[in-house]
Amino acid sequence: MAAKVSRDNQIVPAMLFLIPASIGFLAFFLWPTIRGIYLSFTDYNLLRDPTFIGFQNYIDIFNDAVFWRSMAVTFQYVFINVGLQTVIALALAVLMHRFTRSMVIRGVVVLPYLIANVIVALVWFWLADYSLGLINAAIDWLGFSKIGFFGSEAWAMPTIALVNVWRHVGYTALLLFAGLQAIPRDVYEAAEVDGAGEFRVFRSVTLPLLRPVLAFVLVVTVVGSFQIFDTIAVTTGGGPVDATRAINFYIFERAFERFDFGYASALAVILMILLATIALIQNRLLRANESDMER
Amino acid sequence: MTKALAGIAALAVVPLVLAGCSAGSATTDGPVEIKYSLWDANQMPAYQQCADDFHAANPDITITIDQSGWEDYWQKINTGLVSGNSADVFTSHLAYYPEFVLNDQILPLDDYIKADGIDTSIYQDGLVDLWKSPEGVQYGLPKDFDTIALFYNQQLTDAAGITAEQLGALDWNPDDGGTYEDVIAHLTVDKDGVRGDEAGFDKNNVETYGIWFEASNAGALGDGQTQWSYLAAANGWEATDGPWGSSYNFDAPEFQDTITWWRSLIEKGYMPSLAAQTGISWSDQLTAGSVALASNGSWMTGYVFGATTDSFTPAVAPTPTGPTGERASMFNGLADNIWAGTKHPEEAWEWVKYMGSLDCQSVVADAAVVFPAIPEATDAAVEAFAAKGVDVNAFTIQVDEGTTFLFPITDHKSDVNALMTPAMEAVMSGKEPVSSLSAANDQVNALFK
Repeated sequence: MAAKVSRDNQIVPAMLFLIPASIGFLAFFLWPTIRGIYLSFTDYNLLRDPTFIGFQNYIDIFNDAVFWRSMAVTFQYVFINVGLQTVIALALAVLMHRFTRSMVIRGVVVLPYLIANVIVALVWFWLADYSLGLINAAIDWLGFSKIGFFGSEAWAMPTIALVNVWRHVGYTALLLFAGLQAIPRDVYEAAEVDGAGEFRVFRSVTLPLLRPVLAFVLVVTVVGSFQIFDTIAVTTGGGPVDATRAINFYIFERAFERFDFGYASALAVILMILLATIALIQNRLLRANESDMER
Repeated sequence: MTKALAGIAALAVVPLVLAGCSAGSATTDGPVEIKYSLWDANQMPAYQQCADDFHAANPDITITIDQSGWEDYWQKINTGLVSGNSADVFTSHLAYYPEFVLNDQILPLDDYIKADGIDTSIYQDGLVDLWKSPEGVQYGLPKDFDTIALFYNQQLTDAAGITAEQLGALDWNPDDGGTYEDVIAHLTVDKDGVRGDEAGFDKNNVETYGIWFEASNAGALGDGQTQWSYLAAANGWEATDGPWGSSYNFDAPEFQDTITWWRSLIEKGYMPSLAAQTGISWSDQLTAGSVALASNGSWMTGYVFGATTDSFTPAVAPTPTGPTGERASMFNGLADNIWAGTKHPEEAWEWVKYMGSLDCQSVVADAAVVFPAIPEATDAAVEAFAAKGVDVNAFTIQVDEGTTFLFPITDHKSDVNALMTPAMEAVMSGKEPVSSLSAANDQVNALFK
């Protein structure tokens, strides 16, 4: 009886505490999602009332060559960005964990992340300019031929991916570093007693025990990478040709430049389904909700 | 319970009060605030002056000016229209206003023009027609215009032995490029100081390009306003089948021959490639000496001449004459639109009328930023530019000689640009042949069916 009373007492405060977050969730997530799904079945240009057209937007998207190219370049970006970023961040995190306690170094590592995305993009855009940029001046001085980093179809997307690796790698490294600190020291001591070398320790102790954190980081970075937008918007604007027209940028163009909000909503719904699927698969494959730490 | 009822009663009164407001303010009694939006920060002081003068003459009407950059401007206008909270009057562009007309978002001005006996023949020829719908309904009074010319670095032309007279009398054709290509070739200099028309020129190591290729601007390649339209038109090409046309002519030989020649400049090393031009903008490249010549619009005059340095002496030359025997420049003009949802249409019209009048346009002329639409004010602006040491004859010569052609107004403008920009980029990067533009033209024309 006493237990029941105390539980009742907890439900009311709990509800009260949930109200602020729920308002945000309802107003900024649930309602826009429902409305977005509805709009994806309409022809809507903002200024006229939406007209219901069934699956027409989805059929058009299926036949839209620009959409398929945008998916291809988005995957290209995610592959380069997440691949490089995870490997470099892991290396940095292990180095920090094993060899230094310095707060200064941790600060330096995370510094690029503290600069606004747009500024990072613009500074690299100017640094990489063909005629006046520092990078091409260096390449020229070394005797190689200059590269149109943001302007050639082959280089544009890898360049944008590298810029964002530079910005995000420190933050990712810090997340992994926090995961490493959660691994008890005695496991390492045991490995040392067993005569394991640095690489063996990394492969057989660090990686398996870091797996839940790594899974979390991968889900977050993959989902984040799919939504690449600002770097493209301030540098290439989707070009040259379609080389950097990533899906999120294409959605923006369709909505805010061509005022085709129905079509853009359908694209957004497709992206949402895709991201949910990828996150689910990652969770399953990496068993993110279990840890090898229980002994 | 009583509290709640009182609340509901209070809420129920709100719409009545609001309705009362809107009904009451349709007449002119009481002070009224008109919100006005524009994108060009350079013109803000001149229009603030106009607003102050206007307020002095009409103490009941206060103008509040809101300025935001071009990139954000249209999103702001559109969201304002959708949310029913737009500026009462806003500066409009030919690429956007057809959409507003189609969706009944802006007010027709004919009744006001008739009632106030406004003479629309006072503006430079053609500008009034730009703001007329296909049904002949007037949506704006012209306020300014712009044309295209060639900005150049006089220190580089002097070094090449090319005079201003020569630059003012260039001719061009799509077969051998005429004297226009000769000058561009001569102005191109490679790393070892060899000029583009001399033996041993290394086209892969160019230090200073003859002319710039500007593709980075959104939609810039689609209508070619500052890039290729002055050449294509001088070659006898027309973009559409007339104002408010329903078909484009990107498959015409006059256009494709022009683009073939234009692209050949990249192959010859006289113009940066698509890859090489992406990055720092054309005007800064011109200032930095990466290029000798660059075609662009009169609205950039202030910026370019403001960038004078020890190694950069800006000057302007008119565009070359083409096979038609004449020069050509796109003639684009701005006007102000009145939002259909404004609560004060009468006062908004008074403000639009004032901005279209000689009084306000003279103020704008004195600021020497743009060319006002009334010829007298245009002349005043030319003098104001001259007082700043800028000779803008290269821009106005197109108007004086009647060699301007109108901005191609059509519906679906943003879709046309979205289709043409990648198609043009593919051609200019050498990935696709020029003839591929015919297929793009079919896609564009399919939008109108």
